[in-house]
Amino acid sequence: MREIRSRRRAARSAALAGVLAVLVAVAAGCGGGGGGSNNNTTTGNSSVSGSIKFWGIWAASEQKAFQKVIDGFHTQYPNVTVTYSSKGNDIPTVLSTAISGGNPPDMADVAQPGLVKQFVQQGKLKPINYAKSAIGANFSPAWEKLGEVNGKLYALLYKASNKSTLWYNVNVLKQAGVAAPKTWSQMVKEAKTIKASGTPAYSLCGASGWTLTDIFENLYLRRWGQAKYDQLSAHQIKWTDPTVTKSLQDMAQVIGDTGNVYGGTSGALQTDYPTCVDYNFATPPKAAFNLQGDFVSLEILQNTKSKPVKDFNVVPFPAITSGANAKAVETGGDLIIAFRDSPAIEAFMKYLTTPQAATIWAKLGGFGSGNKHVPASVYPDPITAATEAPLAGATSVAFDMSDNQPAAFGATTGQGEWGIFQKFLQNPSNISSIQQQLESAAAKAYKSGK
Amino acid sequence: MSGASITAEPPPRAAPPEPGGEGRSRYRAGALFLLPAFILLGVWLVYPTIYTIVRSFFGPAGYLGTWVGIDNYRTLFTTSTLVTAIKNSAIWVAVVPAFVTAFGLLFAVLTERISWAVGFKTIIFLPMAISAFATGVTWRILYQQNPDQGAINALGKTVSDAVTAPGVLSNALPSTTALQSKGGGLVLKTPLHPGGVALLGLTGIAPEDVPQGAQQAAKPSGQSGAIEGVVWKDFKPGGGKAGVVEQGEVGLPDVTVELRDSSNKVVQSAKTERNGSFRFTGLSPGTYNAGIGAATFAKPFGGYSWLGPKLITPAILIAYIWIWAGFAMVVIAAGLAAMPRDVLEAARTDGATEWQVFRRVTVPLLAPVLSVVFITMIINVLKVFDIVIALAPESTQANANVIALAMWRTSFSGFDFGTGSAIAVFLFLLVLPVLALNVRRFRRDA
Repeated sequence: MREIRSRRRAARSAALAGVLAVLVAVAAGCGGGGGGSNNNTTTGNSSVSGSIKFWGIWAASEQKAFQKVIDGFHTQYPNVTVTYSSKGNDIPTVLSTAISGGNPPDMADVAQPGLVKQFVQQGKLKPINYAKSAIGANFSPAWEKLGEVNGKLYALLYKASNKSTLWYNVNVLKQAGVAAPKTWSQMVKEAKTIKASGTPAYSLCGASGWTLTDIFENLYLRRWGQAKYDQLSAHQIKWTDPTVTKSLQDMAQVIGDTGNVYGGTSGALQTDYPTCVDYNFATPPKAAFNLQGDFVSLEILQNTKSKPVKDFNVVPFPAITSGANAKAVETGGDLIIAFRDSPAIEAFMKYLTTPQAATIWAKLGGFGSGNKHVPASVYPDPITAATEAPLAGATSVAFDMSDNQPAAFGATTGQGEWGIFQKFLQNPSNISSIQQQLESAAAKAYKSGK
Repeated sequence: MSGASITAEPPPRAAPPEPGGEGRSRYRAGALFLLPAFILLGVWLVYPTIYTIVRSFFGPAGYLGTWVGIDNYRTLFTTSTLVTAIKNSAIWVAVVPAFVTAFGLLFAVLTERISWAVGFKTIIFLPMAISAFATGVTWRILYQQNPDQGAINALGKTVSDAVTAPGVLSNALPSTTALQSKGGGLVLKTPLHPGGVALLGLTGIAPEDVPQGAQQAAKPSGQSGAIEGVVWKDFKPGGGKAGVVEQGEVGLPDVTVELRDSSNKVVQSAKTERNGSFRFTGLSPGTYNAGIGAATFAKPFGGYSWLGPKLITPAILIAYIWIWAGFAMVVIAAGLAAMPRDVLEAARTDGATEWQVFRRVTVPLLAPVLSVVFITMIINVLKVFDIVIALAPESTQANANVIALAMWRTSFSGFDFGTGSAIAVFLFLLVLPVLALNVRRFRRDA
């Protein structure tokens, strides 16, 4: 199901690029996309020559955007041709087939960290150590780590998304007289006021198990930080651990507030993603907050009449502790990998680490970057700036846990983590039993996964 | 899929070989013609079957993985989701074939008697023309819990609201603990004497639920010999002070307020004004409790949770029977049409009642046809998959799980091909005896 999910998100972000691009044109009136690259020199890089065959997931508007990025590269390296071809969401299958046929492309982008790991284990990927210093200059160490497998650098997370966001209905908050929450306790407190104002505070997509685990993952990352998060992802911390207990208690403050969840427990369990988002921004609104990632904005723009900033807005996922954890980000995105070594490939990979390569696409929308030299001002509209700018400031970054878990535990409908979190939604008071179920399912899956 | 098992005919007996060279070339020609079929069967049936059986003794990943013996089969009977799947499949087998056959028989016999039989048969048979997936999606919408979305619960709401009308402020909550719930309504905890003022503050009222014509709430000053009060929306942006009538908070009109004496008997009731105020006059000295009647808070019909964990399997069963009753009807009707009428006539002439004719003549004569339907349905039901995945929301798919769905999920979302194969083999073993029964019947018919 992970495949379907990432497929869905990929499709979403593809369309997001389009929708937001239109918004830019309307709102800003000056979305001159490809202009960023010209002044940054066409220096003496003509010594590097060659051609690069690049296969990627990006299609339609995303493909066009990436082509602009390639064009920017071409002005710097006139003797290198990069040929991009879109393989769409089938890229894992296409790549695996090409690899077994002995004829992979030179470079590719994939959305699944698990796939990168698999290719490394098969010995098919080339390390990209040559880009290490360039990445180090542009990204915080946490981002660099996401491209590492077994301590070696193999991938660059070029296009990132932010799953640590909280969406809210501006009008509901105004009606209740509260400001967008910065901390978890503030949100829980405001939720009571919002309820008194006559609208439930939360809308949950309980029918889609991954939305629940996303909330838990954000809570765990916020409270315990990345080191613990990574250990739990790798099952080095048991699910019966007190840290898990505490984070489940945090989560119970929301899902246990059943009168404050639109539709109550049974309603939430039958609401899938993205229906719960539609509830937040329906007229009249059914709920105030939605605790999902940046991909929500497309849903709002497509399925509701809400206007950005005026009707809907977004803040970072509320902080639980002060300090670095408050800025941690759960991310997903597209990793660039190389199957061969050549000066041309090296040059292109390095180019993709530059703020310039990120800015070209960022201006077009539907794109986020962890590059710390990409300012919030390059994003085409306030919503995208609000969701994507925290990426650059994040000092700890983590992938979705399911990327590191066996699929039987972390990514199977109705079973494993997803199913057990749905049970948790059904009965949020029984935390210790939920922990035991999680642990026994995890133990089983990790045992057979090896 | 059902059609195949019904219309399949016994393989024709091979013609006796003819002597001489001509015979050999005929053999060769025969072999040539059979070859494609053999290849197809080999590639798509024999090899996968053998591979699946072998695979079921190995670990989760890879072409074979590591040998685990019967561990996968142990998992099959110890993992709760898989056990649920097996239990549910047993329920399916117990319920569906019997109901489908019974409904089919009922419809077939009935349509013999009515004049618009063709129209009726068409309607009953129509669901067969819809894919099980589409049926699942459609029924899922019908089953939605929210009466504004699900047709079945909408019907329930119409009936329920006709019996007990929902209150005007069904979602409202008391704003302070001074108001306590009692018998569905709210009552002020502190008793009042004549001259007192009752403040009945409510929250949790959405802006669009405030009755029309509501005005700024006003706190009464109190009047001797009377109990005055106000029912108001004790909320303004930011929350406001609980229990205090403030500027920006509106009164709630048309709310029925009750005054009870010390023996808890309702002595007076009144309706609130546009600014939420009410007044009880002509009271004799004593203590009184003011409160809001239960009718104000009567919840509207919220709908049954058809798609919830408890009702999901019955809900899917109903949809599935709805699909297949038409199939059973058509097959049984064909059997009825082929039945010798003179036997029925003879029975009637002998003085049998219609029930006796049906019970003692029609059903026994139809028995072979009924068993065809029944056995076909058992096989279909064991393999059921699409309607479950389409109808059950993800949150209750574990409750609605059936063997075929568990097989797919375990293999292709959990990537445990070992256990997945074990489930496949188990399913194969379950279908096998039924299949054998079917083949034996074909032989007998031939």
